[in-house]
Amino acid sequence: MAEIVDNGGADDGKKKKRPKKGSTRVDMTPMVDLGFLLLTFFVLTSTFSKPKVMSLVYPAKTPIDVPDDPAQLVNNAITFLVTKDRVFYYEGEFNPKNGPKTQLTESNFGPDGVRKLLADKNKYVIDEERKLQDKLQRKEIVDSIYKKKLIEVKKDKRSLKVLVKTDTKALCRNFIDLVDELYIANIGMIAPVDLMKDEQTLIDEKTK
Amino acid sequence: MAKIKMPKGTPSLDMTPMVDLAFLLVTFFMLAASFRSNEPVDVTIPSSIGDKEVPEKTLIMVTVDKGGRLFFNCSGEEVRRNVLTKMIDRYKVKLDKKQFDEFLKITSIGCDMSELPAYLSLDGAGRKDFKTYGIPADSTNNQLKDWIRFANEEMLAYGKSKYLEDSENAPKDQPVLADDYKPKFVLKVEGEAEYVRAKAAIEVFRDLNLNNLNFVTSAEAKP
Repeated sequence: MAEIVDNGGADDGKKKKRPKKGSTRVDMTPMVDLGFLLLTFFVLTSTFSKPKVMSLVYPAKTPIDVPDDPAQLVNNAITFLVTKDRVFYYEGEFNPKNGPKTQLTESNFGPDGVRKLLADKNKYVIDEERKLQDKLQRKEIVDSIYKKKLIEVKKDKRSLKVLVKTDTKALCRNFIDLVDELYIANIGMIAPVDLMKDEQTLIDEKTK
Repeated sequence: MAKIKMPKGTPSLDMTPMVDLAFLLVTFFMLAASFRSNEPVDVTIPSSIGDKEVPEKTLIMVTVDKGGRLFFNCSGEEVRRNVLTKMIDRYKVKLDKKQFDEFLKITSIGCDMSELPAYLSLDGAGRKDFKTYGIPADSTNNQLKDWIRFANEEMLAYGKSKYLEDSENAPKDQPVLADDYKPKFVLKVEGEAEYVRAKAAIEVFRDLNLNNLNFVTSAEAKP
């Protein structure tokens, strides 16, 4: 039909010249092998989750014209003391001598530990946040006002303030885990500060 | 003995769909994968619910490895060039052109200024095995502080000019944010390292009155 047969008028009884009828199939095995090899390589080496950052503001070393008001911080505050894979806390001011002595309570990084504790203590902020979220969903306020109000709530007197102190044995992982819990509990004021000597003594007693 | 009759010829199976799929997946993974940059040190980062992206363009990063060694990295070729010029000027280190260009290409560096020429002459694998104590950050010889200070200065200057340039060209409904051009201070800490090791780096930042730090973490779902 659509083939050009070049007989050249040589149809003189001799055997007809025909193109060799070979298979047009190419052996694809090596290519497929390579394909799967690459597939395996990429599956095993690729990482999809890009690292994220968690920001944390440290207290300034030289306070800028803000009068130091210790009463404000101590009011409604909780202090976490972190050591290797363990975490302790006490509420309010540190009181080693006069009055009722400060006692450390142990907590943990599990869902029943710090998270539950903070959800109770920071009820004010969590409740307010829920109210604001409701308003946002009913479109009573816009997104920018929601964010503004939330920051106000977090700075309110009734919200919980947290001090984080680490001893020399604490690992970075422990510290980050704790700060992470604080973010989960919507704590607005987080202050990573230095450990006092008396607090170290208390930790040493507990971890003996 | 009766012979079992074997089917003659090769059993043929159409593999085309499978191969198609395999190559489709290869293509997908090739395009989706992001390769790890060749860092001189590997750290396992802790996880958190933090959801901000790592600011790749305006990054000043200090890495703390398990032994507490400190590594410095900052982004932007022009910034890196200026920072290195200031550093070799301050510490009177001589670098040839090849070593200088090498610094612009690599990511983190972690060595004393006196070791820098030797460090930059190595290749990626060599830098990984380089015996060093990292960048010194003690009170008598605080090189990390200089790295950060110069990088901060340079990045602010560079960011400012870039901001002015971009804000002129930006469309009116999409103004550029000045904050995107400011340097961001990032700490990449090994989860198993002691916190006091990271604190050494944190104190350097705080000494320079740079208090807003970001910890690199892997993403985790919010409970």
